[in-house]
Amino acid sequence: MSGAGDEAMFCGQCGLTLAEPRHEGCALRATLEPPRYCTFCGRRMIVQVTPTGWWARCSRHGDLTSAGSATSDLELDDEALG
Amino acid sequence: MTDILDTARQQVLEEGRGLDERQLREVLTLPDDRLADLLQVAHEVRMRWCGPEVEVEGIVSVKTGGCPEDCHFCSQSGQFQSPVRAAWLDIPSLVKAAVETAATGATEFCIVAAVRGPDARLMKQVREGVAAIREAVDINVACSLGMLTQEQVDELAEIGVHRYNHNLETARSYFPDVVTTHTWEERWETLTMVRDAGMEVCCGGIIGMGETIEQRAEFAAQLGELGPDEVPMNFLNPRPGTPFGDLPVMDSKDALRTIAAFRLALPRTILRFAGGREITLGDLGTEQGLLGGINAVIVGNYLTTLGRPATSDLDLLDELSMPVKALSATL
Repeated sequence: MSGAGDEAMFCGQCGLTLAEPRHEGCALRATLEPPRYCTFCGRRMIVQVTPTGWWARCSRHGDLTSAGSATSDLELDDEALG
Repeated sequence: MTDILDTARQQVLEEGRGLDERQLREVLTLPDDRLADLLQVAHEVRMRWCGPEVEVEGIVSVKTGGCPEDCHFCSQSGQFQSPVRAAWLDIPSLVKAAVETAATGATEFCIVAAVRGPDARLMKQVREGVAAIREAVDINVACSLGMLTQEQVDELAEIGVHRYNHNLETARSYFPDVVTTHTWEERWETLTMVRDAGMEVCCGGIIGMGETIEQRAEFAAQLGELGPDEVPMNFLNPRPGTPFGDLPVMDSKDALRTIAAFRLALPRTILRFAGGREITLGDLGTEQGLLGGINAVIVGNYLTTLGRPATSDLDLLDELSMPVKALSATL
């Protein structure tokens, strides 16, 4: 995920800013939920879950995988981006 | 009056006949201090009529979100304000998911789409996907693509889809409170066509959606009437933005009672742990379920949520001396 120059400001679970005080439930949920929101801009991401992992795409900040690394060759069909 | 567990021992364990709806109501209202005895009977029934093997499966969503239906539990309905966005999985990624699933020892891989029923584009993706998976790895391929036409049923059977999943979701009497865009009877019709075409029938539902105990018994009895090869048991995992998003997570003892009741209704079926078990039952309840009637698991992640790591379930099966069913035993 290309966050160069950006700082994580949003919760990946609920999409609210991290300045909001109510994220205890989000942290708990993150063990059984992939992130749904980009932590840099709060946009809803396209997320694909597979039996052994997940990947997520923000139209502005790129891709993220469950392995924790950014990737540039996700196999999501372009139509999914519509 | 005969104790219901004595009846279950005679009727289900000895004779292999599932309990009826009235008997299942008795099972589902047994007090907590009889739960251990109930689970024991259900386990004996499973061992007697199914054996110790556990069938392992992985599932993947080939088309996520944007569904026109209004299933009140589902984060993939386009009718609700859910954080889930539409996604479409391409064939190389589908094959990769199947290969990774097979590597866990799983013998089943189910391709799922959030649709009312498949359109031509989805049928083409499934046709090409199934062929590519069969080329790459030895695993049974199942599908779950919503309601089918006879032509689609025939095509899926023709391309070698081994089992078709289509859940009735809940009791017939409660279904209109869960889905309003199609009927329970329409789902039943697809299941009948699937069976007649020679595919295995996979049909279960979600427990804990606000149905009564009586409706749980009704649902189990209706599944008994259908006689599916497999029954996946999900427990409601309330999804943000859906009409059922604020329902409480089901009580774990009620969940275990329901597992045992389903086993006593369906002595020979593959009864599979599916979604929601992590938040409903936790690690201890997962083990109790496997010792209370369950003989199949979905390993790893679900369609839009994450599960326990596959290794956690496989290690548990090893500890319980429950061998993973081999591919050769599924054909």
